[in-house]
Amino acid sequence: MYRYDEFDSAFVKQRVTQFRGQVARRLAGELSEDEFKPLRLMNGLYLQLHAYMLRVAIPYGTLSSRQMRKLAHIARTYDRGYGHFTTRQNIQYNWPKLEDVPEILEELAEVEMHAIQTSGNCIRNVTADHFAGASADEIEDPRIYAEIIRQWSSLHPEFSFLPRKFKIAITGAPNDRAAVRLHDIGLQLCRNDAGAVGFEVIVGGGQGRTPIIGTTIRKFLPKAHLLSYLEAILRVYNQLGRRDNLYKARIKILLQQTGAEAFARQVEEEWVHLKDGALTLPAEEIERIEAYFAPPAFEGLPPSDPAFDVRRFEDRDFARWVRSNVAAHKQSGYAIVSISLKPEGEAPGDASAAQMEAVADLAEAYSFDEVLVSHEQNLVLPHVKLSDLPKVWDKLVAFGLATPNIGLVSDIIACPGLDYCNLANARSIPVAQRISQRFRDLNRQHEIGDLKIKISGCINACGHHHVGHIGILGVDKKGEEFYQITLGGSADENAAIGKIVGPAFSYDDVVDAVDSIVDTYLGLRQDNEKFNDTYARVGITPFKEKLYAAA
Amino acid sequence: MPLLKDGQAIDDPWAALPETAPVQDGTTEPALDVDLIVTLDQWRAKREALLQRNGRLGLRLRSDQSPAEIASDLAHFDLIALEFPKFTDGRAYSYARLLRERHGFSGELRAVGNVLRDQLFFMLRCGFDSFEVASHESIAAWHAAISEVTVLYQPAGSGPATGGVLGGPLGRARAVAAE
Ligand code: HEM
Ligand code: SF4
Repeated sequence: MYRYDEFDSAFVKQRVTQFRGQVARRLAGELSEDEFKPLRLMNGLYLQLHAYMLRVAIPYGTLSSRQMRKLAHIARTYDRGYGHFTTRQNIQYNWPKLEDVPEILEELAEVEMHAIQTSGNCIRNVTADHFAGASADEIEDPRIYAEIIRQWSSLHPEFSFLPRKFKIAITGAPNDRAAVRLHDIGLQLCRNDAGAVGFEVIVGGGQGRTPIIGTTIRKFLPKAHLLSYLEAILRVYNQLGRRDNLYKARIKILLQQTGAEAFARQVEEEWVHLKDGALTLPAEEIERIEAYFAPPAFEGLPPSDPAFDVRRFEDRDFARWVRSNVAAHKQSGYAIVSISLKPEGEAPGDASAAQMEAVADLAEAYSFDEVLVSHEQNLVLPHVKLSDLPKVWDKLVAFGLATPNIGLVSDIIACPGLDYCNLANARSIPVAQRISQRFRDLNRQHEIGDLKIKISGCINACGHHHVGHIGILGVDKKGEEFYQITLGGSADENAAIGKIVGPAFSYDDVVDAVDSIVDTYLGLRQDNEKFNDTYARVGITPFKEKLYAAA
Repeated sequence: MPLLKDGQAIDDPWAALPETAPVQDGTTEPALDVDLIVTLDQWRAKREALLQRNGRLGLRLRSDQSPAEIASDLAHFDLIALEFPKFTDGRAYSYARLLRERHGFSGELRAVGNVLRDQLFFMLRCGFDSFEVASHESIAAWHAAISEVTVLYQPAGSGPATGGVLGGPLGRARAVAAE
């Protein structure tokens, strides 16, 4: 895992001192809230419906047990005993006091963490595949490059006041778990014909009120040029991106208005000047960062383990959990464990201090001290021996962390919605809770199989509803909460924006509507067809007919 | 408005050409030897007359006017002032770097408009070297603003990165080689 060098530590410490001064100036009344706003936003501090919210970056979603324990400590000491893992590999604290924030940042700095660039119109925390370093389909660990981008983008003097926020995601595997086609820039590690590893560069994806799938503007970018090429993209965007209208300010709109080809040409023209300059990455430096992400000291193990097999045979609950929450590892005898933060009836992504500590203990004992945070608001123990799985499971059960629903109908992404957010039209979390209660029968969930439901409380799409297999969007109809449903969305390598199925449903009816859609799917699916495949084959009509039949 | 330059608050030796002033009209025209800052429109309209003056010339650009538009004229100017209509409008950061790093502009690069203490650090790094500041915060506060962070991950107008993958001995050597 990446460890700060002296330079990184000095950087974060200086920022804490700086922010301490800014908070002091605010508390002393030297700064107005308006003047303070951009400063606090650069340190991840938002003003929400009820209180300040602090968003802490988890760079490329990777945590050590020490860092996880610190997050638990902060939840307990400065908040109400829990934290909220978000879709952007961040953790949010919903109730910190302004005067405590410098202290919290100081504590975070002790474990090499910070809240820099988790908000504001700058390059945000870079996100990466949550199976990085563990999955069998990986070409290279994407975190090497996420770390390199983190450094380059930290307090970038030219790009700290962009037209709008800017999100970069990176994946090292062809099976895209990082939604790279839905980010301002998506980077997909790939090989060219000569076998060299580089990046496919995808630009202009995004959600919000104008959902757009990103466009590939360069099929292959050699590693050495990663930063100069990114700088070229950002420089074009910084100069030409719209600043007159908040809703048209993202790079996706620039790309649309310029035309993808013309935009790509502008980038290449800028790049000519930057290429081979001071931003060129030396191979030695890439190797230096790569060494931090070197695979841990795996034992040579056979691909199966008798104790594991026995437990699976004897314990149906364990077996069911293995089916949904345990994924294949690149190393024989190891597995990837996903920890669901979506137990029935709870707010997706919330974890208590005790749960965080339990996960930290497990990571330390059984996963080479590593935890990953997924953009689906779950946690991952990336390197667990098959023979340790029963012990890991027992502990997860004890802490309410063993819900066997990864990828299933109750593994819902939901935004904060009306319970926390001042932009919301409707509640999101209670809808997620009610859906998970409706489908509480876990065997039924397993029978339904992979199905992604995503819920946003308004068109800003923080809950990714556009790319849910079933997407749910809160709308306001004459002051009442209604929910518009979309079908067929996807955030992976087959990225697609869902289509609206018909008139919206009331808060009371929306869960029935989801149930009806699932029923239609089960009735029509052939073999082990996935939801989106059935949908692609039969179209929207059968779903519609059943949904609106009674009306 | 105080002007910050080289860590000092100084009296601005430059005058702005009034929007309406006809350059040839002896009455309202600034003296021939006054250092004068003109807008892009004024420059375009009165170029020949302005070139006849004895004083130095400066050019003031709005945030929607890229220096690339007049790259070939830059040699006529000893100062370029880039506007920040709002501190959130960050286009001039790119313009500043392009002026310094691509067009080789070595005169005074002035930040004008909504220039706030906490933006100074970024501006300096992009190559600005004078700042028209609205606030009456002490010079000490401005000094603090630019010395709070000394750890630089990226090479930019003001110099190379000091650490990270682009800094360190390696990065520095390459930054020098590239210049
Ligand atoms: C509760 C306060 C929140 C507010 C006021 C808020 C506001 C917004 C706004 C205005 C946008 C649209 C940006 C645009 O399209 O340019 C947006 C997008 C987004 N937000 Fe939030 N958000 C909140 C919470 C969250 C949380 C908790 C998460 C993570 C779980 C989140 C994740 C996202 C994501 C992933 C997008 C996707 C749109 C994109 O970047 O393309 N937001 N948010
Ligand atoms: S989608 Fe809308 S309601 Fe939900 S968090 Fe984002 S802004 Fe708030």
